Amino acid sequence: MIETLLWLVGYQLAGELISKTFSLPLPGPVLGMLLLFITLCLRKSVPDTMKTHVPRFLSHLSLLFIPAGGAVLAYKDLLAGYGWQLLTVLALATVLTLLVPGAALKLLLSRRRAHHHEEQT
Amino acid sequence: MNAEAALAVIRTSPLSGVFVTLLAYKLAVLFNRRCHGHPLSNPVLIGVLLLLAWLLLTGTSYHDYMKGGQFIQMLLGPATVALAVPLYSNLSRLKRAAGPLAISIGLGGLCGIASAVGLAMLFGLPHEVVMSFTTRAVTTPIAMSVSQGVGGIPELSAMFVILSGIFGAVIVKPLFSLMGLADDMVLGVATGVSAHGIGTARVFQLSETAGAFSGLAMGLNGLLTAVLVPLLAPLLH
Repeated sequence: MIETLLWLVGYQLAGELISKTFSLPLPGPVLGMLLLFITLCLRKSVPDTMKTHVPRFLSHLSLLFIPAGGAVLAYKDLLAGYGWQLLTVLALATVLTLLVPGAALKLLLSRRRAHHHEEQT
Repeated sequence: MNAEAALAVIRTSPLSGVFVTLLAYKLAVLFNRRCHGHPLSNPVLIGVLLLLAWLLLTGTSYHDYMKGGQFIQMLLGPATVALAVPLYSNLSRLKRAAGPLAISIGLGGLCGIASAVGLAMLFGLPHEVVMSFTTRAVTTPIAMSVSQGVGGIPELSAMFVILSGIFGAVIVKPLFSLMGLADDMVLGVATGVSAHGIGTARVFQLSETAGAFSGLAMGLNGLLTAVLVPLLAPLLH
């Protein structure tokens, strides 16, 4: 567990350092994820400690978003001030942005599969 | 007996904030199992509702609650880094589909900005609200800093991100079953692009592959949005 935390916090810290030093638009944790991914690719394996602990940690990802949700209370006047239009925009934009990349990926994957199939036959 | 002091502990002790968050999550998970994982019993949604009920009942301000809540929120950083591990487990699928993944995440990222901005303008919302919508589809820290840079309201952007993340997490499975888009990779990518971390937490419940691709799409869309929004923002004046 401690070793897993050393890996994760270490990479986050490295991400924060790089992000701040070079004023990058990416926050430390996202940069840390990319750095860890590159490391794993170079290393060609996942350290045992992370193999055991990371899936367990990630299975509780939902817990970590609950405090941020509480902020609705602090900003409820701001939200209420602009009314129902906000919620409509949010809902429609979310659905559209789910469907566009989903349909695009499905189309591209099935096209390529058909292409491969043609080559084989 | 000192009831005032007891109430003060409940409202302002960091321990109380940590405890109530863990309890809200535990109850939400139990409820989710009770409902056999029904999308509306999403643990983030139920957990947040329980937390809000507690804050209102005890008269605790969000500021006081966060003295404890911040410790749990702080773990989001290492959890984001940890997403590299399931992504690496899916390396061969990632390599095979690299082109289609890049194109669909790129399209999705553009759609994430354009759909929110376009609809907000259509409804005639004020300029600073429109700008706060530019970052609707990305993870909170990116959303707040980018929104601030282009004349949005960072707190409003954070709210948009959280509310749409919860909505996306609830709707994605029924929507994609309806549209015949059931593939794990497709589900994961779309969720990551549109509903960032909260959606990622949701699809991890469905499959590790979906979760891994959701994490990847969230990160890349964050990068794309952080680069594009400041470039496109002058066009909206």
